[in-house]
Amino acid sequence: MTRTTGPALALDDLRVSFPSAQGPVSAVDGVSLELRPDEILGLVGESGCGKSTLANAAMGLLPESAEVSGAVRLGDRDLTILAERDLRRIRGDEIAMVFQDPSTSLDPVWTVGDQVAETIRAHRDVSRREAKARALKLMREVGIPSAEQRYGEPPHRMSGGMKQRIVIAAALANDPAVLIADEPTTALDVTIQAQILQLLDGLRQRRGTAVLLITHDLGVVAQVCDRVAVMYAGQLVEVATTEQIFSHPAHPYTEALLRAVPGTGEPGAELTVIPGQVPDLAAPPVGCRFAPRCPFATEECSIRPPLEGDEAHGAVACWHPRSRDREVTAR
Amino acid sequence: MSVTGLPDVVAVAARPPARRARTSLMIGLVLLGILVLVAILAPVLAPHDPDAVDPNRVLAAPDGSYLLGADDFGRDVLSRTIFALRVSLLVAVSSVVVATLVAVPLGLVAGYFGGWVDTLVSRPLDMILVLPALLLALSLITILGPGSTVAALAIAVIYLPILARVMRASTLVTSQQDYVLAARARGSGHVATMVRHVLPNSIGPVAVQGSVLTGFALQLEAALSFLGLGTQPPTPSLGGMLADGRDVLSLAPWLEIVPGVAIALAVLSFLLIGDGLRRTLDPDGVAS
Repeated sequence: MTRTTGPALALDDLRVSFPSAQGPVSAVDGVSLELRPDEILGLVGESGCGKSTLANAAMGLLPESAEVSGAVRLGDRDLTILAERDLRRIRGDEIAMVFQDPSTSLDPVWTVGDQVAETIRAHRDVSRREAKARALKLMREVGIPSAEQRYGEPPHRMSGGMKQRIVIAAALANDPAVLIADEPTTALDVTIQAQILQLLDGLRQRRGTAVLLITHDLGVVAQVCDRVAVMYAGQLVEVATTEQIFSHPAHPYTEALLRAVPGTGEPGAELTVIPGQVPDLAAPPVGCRFAPRCPFATEECSIRPPLEGDEAHGAVACWHPRSRDREVTAR
Repeated sequence: MSVTGLPDVVAVAARPPARRARTSLMIGLVLLGILVLVAILAPVLAPHDPDAVDPNRVLAAPDGSYLLGADDFGRDVLSRTIFALRVSLLVAVSSVVVATLVAVPLGLVAGYFGGWVDTLVSRPLDMILVLPALLLALSLITILGPGSTVAALAIAVIYLPILARVMRASTLVTSQQDYVLAARARGSGHVATMVRHVLPNSIGPVAVQGSVLTGFALQLEAALSFLGLGTQPPTPSLGGMLADGRDVLSLAPWLEIVPGVAIALAVLSFLLIGDGLRRTLDPDGVAS
């Protein structure tokens, strides 16, 4: 696998909208984001903010009704304009995906081993025996005990954590440069969550796979992500290192999101909520989409703030960023 | 013996649906097995030549030699029923098999791709569906001439849209499953995804519908033969035998009872298999 020095995956002004009775719903609105080789980038936001749409767009797996503009660059190719048969060759080979619920993302009629081997045979011209040997090796690598015995088992005989390991093994079967993990731990027990996150982190370090980790759980972000991108109503509002996001959130939405995490206030204190509602994406607010719920909004906010910043401080899309030390750099 | 130490009654009460599914499936399979065996071994089992005419035994009552009596030509009713069962089962099974082989790919493609592909496949099938079944069969037979092959073909055409719709509906649900999207995310093409992941997970309801329809196909074949449009004399057929015995019902009721019971048993076996399959594949009765 050739690894370029540039970003492993780059989204360039990506827009996705779906037709609806109320007119087009813009699920992803002008997202530009770079995923660097070797890093785990967390993509955080509420349910319905466009995280999963963004993931499916990056895989070229959106339904045909979706309107896509902008670019998804993997190496020097733009996935948004590739033909289905070229996309098929890339999916599972150069870019792979782990889904949220392992109990539904494995086919019940095939054995778990078959599903790992299938991924290899979809891309490599190898014999069944060779594919099985490779699949067994992968199953051992993701920590499945007695892989030979479990190879022939149907998914329903495995626990959720084991199934998610299988899904990860299948995703990594052809050593992809990019792994998109769409809420990979949401459906699992907390103890299993930590194991799966460690597994992803270890695989990233050993194989140098860039991981886009989509989640709404800030605890998950804190554990493994190098950088974090915060999404609100289809737009990126802030991109910064994990440390900065937690210590100096610059966007009022990021700040509010951190305050809304249970367990950060006094015991017994009321949980903090963000006032107002997520905007209707068929008729989103003009300018900053968070402005109607933002305590710091001014008239300026009716113009969309650009996502600006630098490597050291991260980037924020806000006219009134919060942290003092970043106010200077963000103008 | 209960391993857990609980009374066996509790263990049984905890899983009645699965047991009932197995029971009806087993009874159906055993019954069908016997009928198929009888049909296959017809030349061995039949005590007489089914076509041998005996003027001395016209409408003879059941006795030691002619166990189930003789018909208006003095032919042995038991032997004729055994041979008729052969034709009837063959027509019923082959018509549904042919219909299924055509319907499954059509329903799969329509349900998987949806949109204009669905329209292109489903609308012509709906056009067959609006025609009354028997009228459709009669028209086809009028065009192609009577006979058991044409009857089988007509029945296949009648059941094609029904089976295709079942497959399409089932495919619509399966196509939305995460594992189908996951397979595509792993690089599986549309055809491979359909064949490997959607088809095996969608075929269950078609198997259920197919076995039930085979029972009805047997009835339909009997009806066509009764009207003289299906299997042609002198080949014995269950429907044809019913037609022959109609005029002498009060003199020789065995001419009606024997083929009638044979039809009922054959239909029952297919319905029991269908019911058992449905309960096995869908124990909670979600799809019913």
